[in-house]
Amino acid sequence: MPSVHILPIHVSASTLLPALSDVIVKQIGWEAPIETIEFPFSYAFDPNRKQYNSSQLLLGLKNLLSPGADKYLAVIDLDLFIPILTFVFGEAQLDGPLAIVSTFRLHPEFYGLPKNDSLVLQRLEKESIHELGHTFSLRHCPDYQCVMTASTDVEEIDLKGVEFCPDCRAALTKCKREG
Amino acid sequence: MSTSNRPLRLLIVDDEESVRQSLHNWFLEDGHQVGAAKDAYDALEQMEKQAWDIVLLDIKMPGMDGLELQKRINEINKNTVVIIMTAYASVETAVQALKEGAYDYVVKPFSPDDLSRLVRNAAKQIELTTENVQLRQKIQQMARMEEIIGDSPQMKRVMELVETVAKSDSTVVIRGESGTGKELIARAIHSHSNRRYFPIVPVNCGALAETLLESELFGHEKGAFTGAQSRRKGKFEMADHGTLFLDEIGNISEKMQIELLRVLEAKQFTRVGGSQTITVNIRLICATNKNLEKAVEEGTFREDLYYRINVFTIFMPPLRERRSDIPLLAQHFVNRYAASMNKPITDITPEAMDLLIRHDWPGNVRELVNAIERAMVVGKPPVIKPDDLPFQLAQKVDGAKSDSLAAAEKKHISYVLTKANWNITRAAEMLEIDRVTLYNKIKRYGLRK
Repeated sequence: MPSVHILPIHVSASTLLPALSDVIVKQIGWEAPIETIEFPFSYAFDPNRKQYNSSQLLLGLKNLLSPGADKYLAVIDLDLFIPILTFVFGEAQLDGPLAIVSTFRLHPEFYGLPKNDSLVLQRLEKESIHELGHTFSLRHCPDYQCVMTASTDVEEIDLKGVEFCPDCRAALTKCKREG
Repeated sequence: MSTSNRPLRLLIVDDEESVRQSLHNWFLEDGHQVGAAKDAYDALEQMEKQAWDIVLLDIKMPGMDGLELQKRINEINKNTVVIIMTAYASVETAVQALKEGAYDYVVKPFSPDDLSRLVRNAAKQIELTTENVQLRQKIQQMARMEEIIGDSPQMKRVMELVETVAKSDSTVVIRGESGTGKELIARAIHSHSNRRYFPIVPVNCGALAETLLESELFGHEKGAFTGAQSRRKGKFEMADHGTLFLDEIGNISEKMQIELLRVLEAKQFTRVGGSQTITVNIRLICATNKNLEKAVEEGTFREDLYYRINVFTIFMPPLRERRSDIPLLAQHFVNRYAASMNKPITDITPEAMDLLIRHDWPGNVRELVNAIERAMVVGKPPVIKPDDLPFQLAQKVDGAKSDSLAAAEKKHISYVLTKANWNITRAAEMLEIDRVTLYNKIKRYGLRK
């Protein structure tokens, strides 16, 4: 059975990752090992924006991976962007092997609120499953409770669940079966 | 997000590949159909190939700039929603783009939330535009001449005239006996005209006293006369941009004729008791069952008004002159009342139809409608029988006296049919009537080969 490889690139709170692995196993149905890699991510830094270009990170990571059915989820605690947007929580290759999520804007402290690790974990789980969903060809879902619904701010992440709605679940199963 | 349950078609036009790529990926995740163009020429090529719902357009590009491209896009497809993407430095240009019809603009880089809201709003705009088009089509469908029933040459000619005159803004006079459907024709002209999205306002000139008609047509100010407790708009104002239908125009008084002529010439009037001049844009359709030429000769209808309104005339034939339409009309009214009365009467017996065809219908289609309505009330399902009709012919044609016109007609038709060897088409040509009429006469007179 293929796996979802969790790749911590720059994560200070690595204690979150085992719980994330469990959720991936439960929601995606594949093993989710945490693997350590050496990845010089600094090339994606934009000094003007003081953020990291997530598309460039995905391109760089792609070169390190071996081809196959496996999926790869990079986790980073730095602020990500794509050129046209001010920030992104994560990015995925639609129907591809790679996704990346950032915890940077998932912390309540970023919004001037008290620290809440449990909330950060929940948000990370939802965003990780969401981006992985895209790697299985899933598009955004109109069901606001489905993990595949689009979230443009953390409040929207908090509103949705970590689970797929029946339609997205069926599409995920079909994609996994057909490869 | 989708319009009418289909994904949006989004075209991204930007000379920066990273912008095209990131927006492309972003919208793909939303399930939209996404295209990308590196410059204006590339975009125009893609616009020619297929329709795009939304174009996200960078304003600053080498070669043709975004403003020029926006104009071209509008020429190709005015329904395409253009969203301008701009850097801080070019906000003024973006404002110019808005003035020239862009839907909105967004300053690069934008927040995911802004982008999401922008596209969501644009999708709503597209839905409204689509809905508007659909509603207009629906109005057009509803406005078709479905209610004008008739397959006779006379009615075909009337329908042709309606189609012809509808597209113009000419004044039309519809002439014909009472009950022939003059108002229906007026409504058909209106619904085929460019004024169809504005009202057609009917006024029965014959039903109102002179002073009331003046107030009805031109409106009145508060206190203009006893009982005028508030200001009231007249039919001329109500019909602004639409059609004013003056029924029984031949019945209006000399004073009203003068008033009417003045308003038709100037397209301006004042409300009764008022001083403010009101300008209107109306199309006038008149109807009358009177012989206007005779009325002009007799001095009861002003000659100048006659010439002012008599631009295009449609004559509605009386029902007795288009008897071949009676079966169609009768069945149409049966269907209509069966639905409205929820009564399962679906047909008319041949004997009852024979009576309908033979009746002279002095009250024309209106009388036929009433006859069918009565029959639908008193009749028992599933068919209308002769006894259900409000009249009885004194005698069957078979029993017609030998000197009667009917007897002569029966004898002549029988002779022609024999001569034509019962070839109905040939016999109809020889008799100079249409085949349906001949069939009806064969049936009526009980002729057999």
